[in-house]
Amino acid sequence: MINYLLIVSRQGKARLSKWYATTTTQAKSRILKEVTQLVLSRKVRMCNVIEYKGRKVIYRRYASLFFVAEIGYTDNELITLEIIHRYVEVLDKYFGNVCELDIIFNFQQAYNLLDELVISGELVDTSKKAVLRMMEGADVTEKDDQLRSALTTGGIL
Amino acid sequence: MPTYYNLKALIKGIRGCKTVADERALIQQESAAIRASFREEDTFQRHNNVAKLLYIHMLGSPAHFGQIECLKLVASPLFTDKRLGYLGIMLLLDENQEVLTLVTNSLKNDMNHSNMYAVGLALCTFANIASEEMSRDLANEIEKLLGSSNTYIRKKAALCALRVIKKVPDIADHFIGKAKNLLTDRNHGVLIAAITLVTEICSLEESYLNEFRSAVPLLVRNLKSLVTTGYSPEHDVSGITDPFLQVKILRLMRILGKGDEQASEAMNDILAQVATNTDGSKNVGNSILYETVLTVLDIEADTGLRVMAINILGKFLSNRDNNIRYVALNTLNKVVTMDTNAVQRHRNTILDCLRDGDISIRRRALELSYALINEQNVRILIRELLAFLEVADDEFKLGLTTQISLAAERFAPNKRWHIDTVLRVLKLAGNFVREEILSAFIRLVAHTPELQAYTASKLYLALRSDISQESLTLAATWILGEYSDILIEGGIVDDDKTTPVRDSELIDLLLSCFDSPYSNYLIRQFLLAALTKISARSTTSQPEQDRIAEVLAKYTTSPELELQQRAVEFASLFTLGETRVGVLEQMPAPELKATVMGVVSERKPVGSTKAMDADLLGDEISNAPSASVGSQPPVNPQSNQDLLAEIFGSSSELATSTSPPAAQPQKSSVDDILGLFGSSSSNSGPVPQTPSALPSYPATPATAVPSTFALPQSATPATPATPSVRKLTEYSAYEKNGLRVTLTPQTSAAKPGIVMILARFQTTGPPVTGISFQAAVPKSQQLQMLPMSNPNVNPGATETQQMRVVAPVGSNVRLRLRIGYTADGQTHQEQVDFAGFPAGLTSGTA
Repeated sequence: MINYLLIVSRQGKARLSKWYATTTTQAKSRILKEVTQLVLSRKVRMCNVIEYKGRKVIYRRYASLFFVAEIGYTDNELITLEIIHRYVEVLDKYFGNVCELDIIFNFQQAYNLLDELVISGELVDTSKKAVLRMMEGADVTEKDDQLRSALTTGGIL
Repeated sequence: MPTYYNLKALIKGIRGCKTVADERALIQQESAAIRASFREEDTFQRHNNVAKLLYIHMLGSPAHFGQIECLKLVASPLFTDKRLGYLGIMLLLDENQEVLTLVTNSLKNDMNHSNMYAVGLALCTFANIASEEMSRDLANEIEKLLGSSNTYIRKKAALCALRVIKKVPDIADHFIGKAKNLLTDRNHGVLIAAITLVTEICSLEESYLNEFRSAVPLLVRNLKSLVTTGYSPEHDVSGITDPFLQVKILRLMRILGKGDEQASEAMNDILAQVATNTDGSKNVGNSILYETVLTVLDIEADTGLRVMAINILGKFLSNRDNNIRYVALNTLNKVVTMDTNAVQRHRNTILDCLRDGDISIRRRALELSYALINEQNVRILIRELLAFLEVADDEFKLGLTTQISLAAERFAPNKRWHIDTVLRVLKLAGNFVREEILSAFIRLVAHTPELQAYTASKLYLALRSDISQESLTLAATWILGEYSDILIEGGIVDDDKTTPVRDSELIDLLLSCFDSPYSNYLIRQFLLAALTKISARSTTSQPEQDRIAEVLAKYTTSPELELQQRAVEFASLFTLGETRVGVLEQMPAPELKATVMGVVSERKPVGSTKAMDADLLGDEISNAPSASVGSQPPVNPQSNQDLLAEIFGSSSELATSTSPPAAQPQKSSVDDILGLFGSSSSNSGPVPQTPSALPSYPATPATAVPSTFALPQSATPATPATPSVRKLTEYSAYEKNGLRVTLTPQTSAAKPGIVMILARFQTTGPPVTGISFQAAVPKSQQLQMLPMSNPNVNPGATETQQMRVVAPVGSNVRLRLRIGYTADGQTHQEQVDFAGFPAGLTSGTA
């Protein structure tokens, strides 16, 4: 199980933080600070696993962003890297050549996409296509709704 | 107050801030505005405000006041409001918050929503944050949705079920039937969620586990089809079909196959197939291989498969990808207890990893190397670990020093090596040594009289070159204090040269520790005691004794209470003359602790002992190591009786003792230790006519002394295990046919009535062989003997035998000796009475 997933910029700013294991607010901000520091201090050729307070933290850097996930003791580190990669692929497909700004300005969509991929710390689908299809479906529903409500308030419907 | 109209403008505004302070001010301002707007119940602005609030929240500002607004959004009929509302709930709430109970109703409604995306939102929210109460309330809804015809809803419901059983394990049985059905699902999303669910159910209870064992063939089929089907665009990851699902299946198999022959048997083939066919050139493939290895190692796999698994890990170790090496080291750590030999084969690779640039790798490799140490490789591995200790990160040092010392204790080939190893640890990382390790070291030295001179001189040199290592300073202070006489008599032994040490130099060194910036309270306490001890030794000259008295006087006004008290007490000891010398005698060797030293003394070569007097030494007999018992000829008690009856005329009058012949196997260890001792004691010269300059005490194979004569709870706790050499006199007991036997008695003031007698055998002519030396004492006394170091005496050599007599205080020690030997081809058998010891030997004053 993934306990949390963070996206952190190279400057150490949180761009997304999703907590699957119940964590207090203080613990969250402490982990965010300390893990970010650990991850940022890593050199390029080092392995993608760090140990933080006896927990396994997997991270991977994509351009200016670090994707960080803490997993359970018996979980597979290598497949976690693939899950992170899958998330990045989905973001990339969704935004079309995703960059940090996309995630900053559309953080809700980044969260929504993650919710289609990982629920309760577990992968919920293994098909990129399925995830994107569902995301699109939800987006369409949202737009339809917005349109309908605009028309309703405007008195047209 | 200027507030930003929408989210985008706010984000731009925040990004435009030049300083952190500006940014904080802006966020505070905006946050206040949002709060005000919430208070006004501005429904039109709600969506916008919550979105802005969530962004602010991500930057680390409090956003709890938005919780209720999220609930309101969720209750809205609009999907766009629901989506943001649920997102906000997942970010701002967790299972421990009261407000969450208010969400239950909305979740229930949305789970029955006509739009599948709304159902999906509710399920996702539930699975991420449901509390125990909520899980109970909505378990039925979830169960119903597990049967939905929509895969999007089924897969999410399966993970909701996972949440339910995690929060309320006792209702897991409600989900078993549905979970079984889901395992046959063709949709990969549903299947992976179902397998996750089943894995959790199986870990809850043995009975559930048995229930799902029937699913093994199904899982095998699923895995097989993933491995064998060709390219499938939907689920392909660099040439491998759905690695995520494969890993999940392998993991479930691991749980189902563990401890079940039949299930394991059913998996063997497919596991072998996955292990051989998966392409290990990319991370994806390796993640599957890794999971396969874990499964093979956990289930009751056949040996071929296990070998294959360990070989995969071996291959991982030489992979250039650091991640692969990391997981390999990690996994070998688990394997090492099961199959040490397989891991030993990769020892060099593992040791190389200690020098890796990556701390994660170093940490794993280090743990693994601890586990690899055994009797055979202890020298090599400890050498590597010591080399690593020199360059290790501080965070590793404490663990390293502890592990090295423990390993040295368990596997040391001899005590010299053990002492050398700990000395090195103290020198390299003296500030990272646990107290237990330090005291175990001191105990070891106290129990090894043969090496006290050696250790003292090493520590003297080490302390002279570095006083910044706390534990080194403590150990050196203690040992130099105890054994200063040995050091001063023996000088410093370094590279076969002996440099004399003057008492003033030793005291200068200790005094310099007092004033060093590294000195601390504890060190100063040790120093005071050490100096006081040194002052009481006869090797310390009067001017130096006066100097120590001055130092003590200085500390009698120390503001540090413990120091002041010690100094006052020690100073008053100075006025007590003879009593002072008695009080400040060498410490008796401390009790052997089973946890630490016990292991050692049992494993190391120990001299044979055969304590004869069960009444007195009952404890000792039961504790006496019997390492060489096998080499003793059986001794018939009756024949002993006869013998003694013959010696003394009446067997009932006597307490007797005979000793077994020396145990040959110990010979080599004696040589080892004596060999290195030779030069250090040569100029202490306490014993005339000892050409080979043996220390006067190694009567027995080295380790026999502490183990026999200084056992815990023995009748003679204060018997010094480390008798000092200097004031002993030798008495000739026998000299005929070239064989000369002398006896050296030694007493301890602390324990009157106990006399240690060292018998020495030398030959002035041809070699004397087959010596049997027996002794008896009057009935009122008791005698214990250790075996002879060697029953054959060569010209120039000295063989020894240790005896201990317990006599009433004030009585004279008399011995009747029976000596049998062969010299020059002739066998001799003689009996002598010996009463040449001075009177008063047993009153402890001699």
